[in-house]
Amino acid sequence: MAGIDPEQMKPRGRIYRMWDSDIAWSFRHSPVAMLAGLVALIIVLAAALAPWIAPFNPYDPALLNLMDGFTPPMTPNAFTGNTYWLGTDNQGRDIFSTILYGTRISLFVGISAVLFAMILGITLGLIAGYRGGWVDSLLMRVADVQLSFPSILIALLIFGVARGFIPPALRETMAIWVLIVAIGLSDWVQYARVVRGATMVEKNKEYVQAARVIGAHPAKILVRHILPNVMGPVLVIATIGLALAIIAEATLSFLGVGVPPTQPSLGTLIRIGQSFLFSGEWWILLFPAIALLALALSVNLLGDWLRDALNPRLR
Amino acid sequence: MSVPGCRPMAEALLSIRNLSCVFDVSKPWLNRVIERDERRFLTAVASVTFDIRRGETFALVGESGSGKSTIAKMIVGLQPPSGGEIIFDGTPMRGQGGDMRRLRRRFQMIFQDPFASLNPRWRVGDIIAEPIRTFGLLRGSAVEREVERLLDVVGLSGRDREKFPHEFSGGQRQRIAIARALSSRPEFIVCDEPTSALDVSVQAQILNLMRDLQDEFGLTYLFISHDLSVVRHMANRIGVLYLGRLVEVAEGKTLFRDPSHPYTRMLLDAVPDLEMAGRRRRRVEGEIPNPIDPPSGCHFHPRCPLVEPRCRNEAPPEFPRGDGMAACFAVDRAATKEAAPT
Repeated sequence: MAGIDPEQMKPRGRIYRMWDSDIAWSFRHSPVAMLAGLVALIIVLAAALAPWIAPFNPYDPALLNLMDGFTPPMTPNAFTGNTYWLGTDNQGRDIFSTILYGTRISLFVGISAVLFAMILGITLGLIAGYRGGWVDSLLMRVADVQLSFPSILIALLIFGVARGFIPPALRETMAIWVLIVAIGLSDWVQYARVVRGATMVEKNKEYVQAARVIGAHPAKILVRHILPNVMGPVLVIATIGLALAIIAEATLSFLGVGVPPTQPSLGTLIRIGQSFLFSGEWWILLFPAIALLALALSVNLLGDWLRDALNPRLR
Repeated sequence: MSVPGCRPMAEALLSIRNLSCVFDVSKPWLNRVIERDERRFLTAVASVTFDIRRGETFALVGESGSGKSTIAKMIVGLQPPSGGEIIFDGTPMRGQGGDMRRLRRRFQMIFQDPFASLNPRWRVGDIIAEPIRTFGLLRGSAVEREVERLLDVVGLSGRDREKFPHEFSGGQRQRIAIARALSSRPEFIVCDEPTSALDVSVQAQILNLMRDLQDEFGLTYLFISHDLSVVRHMANRIGVLYLGRLVEVAEGKTLFRDPSHPYTRMLLDAVPDLEMAGRRRRRVEGEIPNPIDPPSGCHFHPRCPLVEPRCRNEAPPEFPRGDGMAACFAVDRAATKEAAPT
């Protein structure tokens, strides 16, 4: 990299610039981040490719054999003689396949909820920070009120209220979307606060004033000037927020208000597992719990690394 | 309304009439009620009147807090005035309508800090093209050609449009900011301390560039600075501000050779100057008072060497003096005595 030759002075492509950026450098020099990234990548790939990787389809009731229930890992079933890597649950579903499909749901709900919270929080934060005055006061008081409750309670409340409005026939199919909205709504405050603070700093910078001097529309100033400059901290909380959203989804499913039991997520599996823990069927709880832990931990570590990498004071 | 010392309005590109700006700096309502505090107001600019003639450089000087940047912000529409009028080429500037939009193209602003005035996420080409695109002056590849031409005009390379601002030094960035200001083909540019964030060696380059551009494009500048040596280099006429009031307006040469107002004299005495080497400089005495609670009468009387009793009670009006004016009783009396010796 050192030395100046004319070849290096030429503008390179986007991919080269990404590879050469400070962030990429920091990533290549952080073993924890690389390990966490690898684990997260494996889990995400396994979840995304579940229909092709999983030996069984746990969502198809026709394939289930109740006689296969409670098969321990790596041991042939006493009645059917079938062997499963990680054993089966009470209904004879293969734990490994169910974990793959469950991770898929957990990731889908988590990512969608974070995206929903991000869009809502960024929009409201930009407006509150840029407009100031009563708009700001109103939005931030709502945020304060919401922050004074645990977010899981808010999600429970939203979930309960939403179910009241949805006709019973649609509840099964709508459940996952209601879950996303509930987690997203319980989580937007963080984004709004961070974006509002950053917006209040950016809007007084001279490049924003320069845009105002030529009469640029406020919406254009917000989206084209301020938004790109406030996205750094948002990406950090979004990464850590993804781990939290996955855990929130697991918690809600564990409490039995999440996705329907016919399409178990990791939380649902853990709930099923904990009722058999003391009767000796430990594997039903343990393996989904390890999967959840690995997923949440790797995403969280990535978030921590990103926070440090983007913080100029820690460089 | 007559403006002392100003030539007829026809020549003025920009006329400022009784422009005021008052900020409400009260504590929040709840604190005021509990602490039994009154509302507080800060008068940043108090009834300032001056004209800027087409093609000239008018400089506003003053200590920090004297309201010079506030005047600049009001002129370009970043800060709504509390009172008074800004007339640009015969059209009063107010509101957001279509007239205002057409007017906006004709004036631009260059900011103090070239590290903050360019969006760090935008390429230089997009930064310079922003006014062109916002006003819809050119389309398609014509925009790129114009950007390259502008970069060339300010002494940078056309290829620099692909780069980001952080790849440039402070002086180069200020050149980019100037190119951006020129891109809407304005007639009038407000320069808010355009060189105070730069190295002294770079300052001269930027100032010379600005003078060359003024000659080339027939620009009119409002030049704001606290640096009198920079002002001396740039300005045709100078207005001296003290606590939001204009205390003296004069031709640049006159002001430096024969300052009228005692505050102007104090400022000039404090300027470090090679010609003054060996002489002891006089310090600026006292500090600028709190603008929330300014002194009565003439704001300058607590620091003034020529203070007399009525200065404490009466704000001096603007007495015409040569081509400009000075707001000081003592100066006016001295001038009258000179004119009519007994």
